[in-house]
Amino acid sequence: MKTLKGWLLASPLVVILFCFLLLPVIAIFVVSFWGATEYSYYPAFLFDNYAYLLTSSVTLSVYLKTLMFTVITWALCLLIGFTVAYFLAFHVRTLPMQIALFLVCTVPFWTSNIIRMISWIPFLGRNGIANNTLLDMGVIEEPLEWLLFSEFAVVLAFVHLFTLFMIVPIFNSMMRLDRSLIEAARDAGASGWQILVNVIVPLTKPGIMIGSIFVVTLVMGDFITVRFMSGGQSASVGRIISNEIGLLQYPAASASAVVLLLTVLLMISIMLRFVDIRKEL
Amino acid sequence: MKSTGVQGLGSRGLDQKGRQRRTLLKGAAATVAAGTITGAPMIWAQNIKDVTLRQFGTGVSNLNDVAAKVKEDLGFTLEMTALDSDSVAQRAATQPKSFDIADIEYWICKKVWPAGNLQPMDTSKIENYDKIVGIFRNGKLNPDSVIAQGTAPHSVGFVDGPDGKQFVDNESGWMTLIPTIYNADTLGIRPDLIGREINTWAELLNPEFKGKASILDISSIGIMDAAMVCEAMGEITYGDKGNMTKEEIDKTMAIFTEAKKNGQFRAFWKSFDESVNLMASGEVVIQSMWSPAITAVRSKGIPCVYQPLKEGYRSWGGGLGLSKNLSGLELDAAYEYINWYLSGWVGGYLMRQGYYSAVPETSKNFMSEDEWGFWFEGKESQGEIVNPQGVVMEKAGAKRDGGSFEERMGRVACWNAVMDENQHMVRKWNEFIAA
Repeated sequence: MKTLKGWLLASPLVVILFCFLLLPVIAIFVVSFWGATEYSYYPAFLFDNYAYLLTSSVTLSVYLKTLMFTVITWALCLLIGFTVAYFLAFHVRTLPMQIALFLVCTVPFWTSNIIRMISWIPFLGRNGIANNTLLDMGVIEEPLEWLLFSEFAVVLAFVHLFTLFMIVPIFNSMMRLDRSLIEAARDAGASGWQILVNVIVPLTKPGIMIGSIFVVTLVMGDFITVRFMSGGQSASVGRIISNEIGLLQYPAASASAVVLLLTVLLMISIMLRFVDIRKEL
Repeated sequence: MKSTGVQGLGSRGLDQKGRQRRTLLKGAAATVAAGTITGAPMIWAQNIKDVTLRQFGTGVSNLNDVAAKVKEDLGFTLEMTALDSDSVAQRAATQPKSFDIADIEYWICKKVWPAGNLQPMDTSKIENYDKIVGIFRNGKLNPDSVIAQGTAPHSVGFVDGPDGKQFVDNESGWMTLIPTIYNADTLGIRPDLIGREINTWAELLNPEFKGKASILDISSIGIMDAAMVCEAMGEITYGDKGNMTKEEIDKTMAIFTEAKKNGQFRAFWKSFDESVNLMASGEVVIQSMWSPAITAVRSKGIPCVYQPLKEGYRSWGGGLGLSKNLSGLELDAAYEYINWYLSGWVGGYLMRQGYYSAVPETSKNFMSEDEWGFWFEGKESQGEIVNPQGVVMEKAGAKRDGGSFEERMGRVACWNAVMDENQHMVRKWNEFIAA
């Protein structure tokens, strides 16, 4: 009786996950073996899509580039996110002030993702605000070309878009941290740096890991930021998939999606090796 | 007795509303009435008001003004959806039930026709068929014209019968697409930032414009511009730029990949607005561009020229295709719409934006003499040239870049195309983008 009740309670979630997560993934997996012509696709069991994907030099270079974006974005988000969260949790004393400042961090999220990204374009352009200001100040002679439509711009936009996903879980972990531990460390003679490295960082690991998972999955799956901020000159795995869909190559796109899914799952499983999130929560 | 009375009223009412409204009636009595109006197939004016036709296509010709005018002139509703070229091809090929009329380009037609989602049109039902420009019928603008490379519209314009899947090379009476608009494309430049004459496609890869050039990232069109450039540079001689061999594709992309690695390009663009922004902001001074994008830049007061080049133009054309699902009243409404489309109002509207209409002589009636002279004949404008939205495009004394219709469409070097080696080309293009 008790087990039946348990099953019933779990069933809505099971049904939803099955219909909206598992079935689509299975469909993508199945289609990835299909064949395609220029204007249609047909059921088959072919390895052509994977064969091309796994042997093409483009795949390797695109994955390397996507990983590069991921690592740089992750490192910067972690650095900024941790610093901001640390400031909020340990330097701001009163709770109302903490909440107020935390809300300030979320202000950029009141507008859409795309708007936040595109507003960088006039700012960074050849005749944009950044270049004009620097020229007026006499810092530079010629406008800086690498500010826009470059990998710098892509990373900048990613960091801007995704830092909050790092701040929130780290801040959450820090707020739950038992303050008497810090006091004890101080009493035992630890310096500020030692407290940070030996007490705070280990105890906020679950937050860091959750934030990292957000950032890594978001960057790995992105296609629009890379397209806009690199001026279409850089490729990412997401862009390859979106191109293939545009060209009606659904089976090839499915194969790319399956490989991307496996890559991301692999990365996350490695990350979870370092921290047992379930235990820490 | 009573019924004839009603009929008399009905036909008089129709008469007053205008003779253009062609309607279809079933039944002998009705046919008599019909004969007195236009002698053409008739539809009940009441019925046709309930018809809704769903059209989709690229933003170029999917204009709300057209839908509003259809409602006014024909009485039925036209729903427009504007998409980018890739999505258009996708929908025409995979979602036949989602549309009634497909506004697609000829090269897309070549790609999606075999999917069987479109039905050919009976040219005997097209009133202005004989007046359609030769490019879309036998491929020749003038009897002595040479047919350009690529997917020339007439080569995919006809099929062998009402259920035809095969394209034929003669005017079979079954037309795949009714041509609507077309134009000759070339490079757009910022004369104020370049400061010298540009007369060849090869200038796109001139190191002088390092970091200030752009090309469009729609593989099937981008490869053509790339081929025009490589041929102009004297690097490659193509058998047919519209149907390249694998070696030709590889060589072309190798030249462009090298240029990309050397930092020649500032950005690649995929949508119309992106090209406008790149040019208007001065990020780019030379790039592949579309005619209305040029006018959009100019209307901001920024100098921008659609530069005629000695190697000629890369041209494109679009047309309306009917969904296989259309039948009965809706099919009649669709024919009515197409006849209306060719009757001049839309043509005039589009020509005032810098495109050409398939039946220029009917469009002439909907343009002022000055507009016709400026846009079609390449003459100096007498007064201000205004676009359909009322924005001033050119001051008095301006001349259209490239001159008259004959000069521009007569110098087409290549049509937008889809190649036999399409898949190889797409892969190479992706490698170029990822390089």
